[in-house]
Amino acid sequence: MTLASFSLVWPEVILAVSAMALLVLGAFRGKGGVVFNGLAVLALLVAGAFAIFGPQGRGFAGGVIVDDLSAFAKAAIYGASALSIILSDRWLARRGEDKFELPVLILLAALGMGVMVSAGDLISLYIGVELHSLALYVLAAFRRDDAKSSEAGLKYFVLGALSSGLLLYGASLIYGFAGSTQFDVIAAAVDGGAGQGILFGLVFLICGLAFKVSAAPFHMWTPDVYEGAPTPLVGFFAAAPKLAAMVLLARVLQEGFGGAVAQWQQVVLAIALLSVFVGAFAGLAQKNLKRLWAYSSIANIGYALIGLAAGGEAGVQAMLMFMVLYMVDVTGFFACMTALRRDGRQMETIDDMAGLFKEKPGIALAMTAFSLSALGLPPLVGFFGKYYVFKAAIDAGLAWAAIIALVGSVVAAFYYLRLIKVMWFDAAPGAVEKPAFSAQSIAIAAALFSFPVGLVALAWLDPVSRAAAAVLG
Amino acid sequence: MALQAIAFYLMATVTILAGLAVVFARNPVHSVLFLITAFFSAAGLFVLIGAEFLAMLLIVVYVGAVAVLFLFVVMMLDVDFSQLRQGFARYLPIGLLVAGILTVEMVMIAINVAVNGAAAKNATPQASLPDVSNTETIGRVLYTDYVYVFQAAGLVLLVAMIGAIVLTLRHKPGIKRQSIPAQNARTPKTGMTIVDIKPGEGISE
Repeated sequence: MTLASFSLVWPEVILAVSAMALLVLGAFRGKGGVVFNGLAVLALLVAGAFAIFGPQGRGFAGGVIVDDLSAFAKAAIYGASALSIILSDRWLARRGEDKFELPVLILLAALGMGVMVSAGDLISLYIGVELHSLALYVLAAFRRDDAKSSEAGLKYFVLGALSSGLLLYGASLIYGFAGSTQFDVIAAAVDGGAGQGILFGLVFLICGLAFKVSAAPFHMWTPDVYEGAPTPLVGFFAAAPKLAAMVLLARVLQEGFGGAVAQWQQVVLAIALLSVFVGAFAGLAQKNLKRLWAYSSIANIGYALIGLAAGGEAGVQAMLMFMVLYMVDVTGFFACMTALRRDGRQMETIDDMAGLFKEKPGIALAMTAFSLSALGLPPLVGFFGKYYVFKAAIDAGLAWAAIIALVGSVVAAFYYLRLIKVMWFDAAPGAVEKPAFSAQSIAIAAALFSFPVGLVALAWLDPVSRAAAAVLG
Repeated sequence: MALQAIAFYLMATVTILAGLAVVFARNPVHSVLFLITAFFSAAGLFVLIGAEFLAMLLIVVYVGAVAVLFLFVVMMLDVDFSQLRQGFARYLPIGLLVAGILTVEMVMIAINVAVNGAAAKNATPQASLPDVSNTETIGRVLYTDYVYVFQAAGLVLLVAMIGAIVLTLRHKPGIKRQSIPAQNARTPKTGMTIVDIKPGEGISE
């Protein structure tokens, strides 16, 4: 190991040091506040700049890989984390539940996700997964006097611990059969005919990570956690950790198990199609919008996994594009949810949204845009995400899977359209309170991205994501 | 060699039996005690393969801290274990089904590996250095190659600590805490009042 290794992990060092500094500052002041949260956002932005412009390479005996892919994912993750700090700031303060630990925990979660996307061996993979999920468990239960929030945290923790167990069991089998924890050595062992033992371990590893991205049949925690967790943080849960786990999965599968594509492709494909259908059908029965979007996120992870199953550079690029565009939708939608209160109560069910268009046309339009974008209707950006995925699947000879997924997406169209109908045409039962400025502006910005701006940004995102995917191609 | 074999089989058997007893013991306190037994005999197995540092670690960390913590939790918490077992019969068939399928798969894999051989072909374990104890060897890689994950693991513990404090610490109002500066700053003026009581009137609040 040389000191050069340290120059690779500047983003991680910045986040760790600023998290600890803020923790000490908060402990002495006893409270957070706007400036405090602003410092956390600043730390994320600086770390993001280092991730994008910093040196690339491998360090710490293969434990860290910094390349275009990790830079791309880190920029998206740190950005989403910064937005979630801004969103949750006033929301929790209004309930008197703001604590200075919140931005610190988000910083540490972002750090863990950064470790995940640049993991080069099974040990840093596990540490990254554990670091970010432990922080997320606490964030889910952050409103500790709220029974639902506590339930969400506990469920997330218990099932997350189970998934960590599966992941570790798989990792230990892989280590046993490959003789190393590093992805490139594992790849050599797989190419050398490592046999079934290592694949057995891989299946467990995939199951453990499928828990983290809430792909069916490992999705059961998602609706409960999203329903109970504080609203501004749900957008964070559905965006950044999913991207991190997907990138990690892509790296493990492509880099470590590139020689066994035929074996893992079927597993990933089965999980993907199951997710699409569970998300579409179970979503039909939901009344609570947070639960509805939990199922929507399960279905959307299914599409991202189809991109991954297609394999190769095109498949990984499709997955990256899809995830980033979906992150915009889900962050924007939950920004709207954060902004909306009626009669001193958070508006959470579909019925609550009745008549929103007459009262708050801006937010109603934004929510319509996010719903249609998540549905994949052109010309919104969500359409292009799905376009990339289906194109990659068809090019990889998986046209049948693309068709099945398309059917699932037609089923899911029902609940998005129902929400839009309720917002636009039903009568409002009461007056909506004035939304917080930060949430409203993030919602509007995301909505603008999902329609006109995103189309321009696509021209820029396409080569960037292709360069990122080329690393694994 | 024979002595080693006897020691191995003895400790391996004890480990497995204690592991089973952890699951099947009715009394949770007994479960924890069996867990400690399992840890001890596993530590013995580590010593047999020459990993004395891991053996000591297992005893210090798991027996000394984790298992004792479990014991405290089990004894302190008033958990009604018969109530926890209520759904047991209901979920037993599906649980057995899943466990059965998994066991069959594992046995098949094990047979396959035994027939075709495990394929760690390109992995050559490094020969241990003759003059260096394995504590030192672990130290050498832990603070060089693995310093990154070592520090990250420290952050995981930090998150756990922050989490425990965020979720459980409550600042109750109305609790009287000692404040030494306030005590030192007390003067007769602030500490007492002199009241001139007129005869026959007493004192009212």
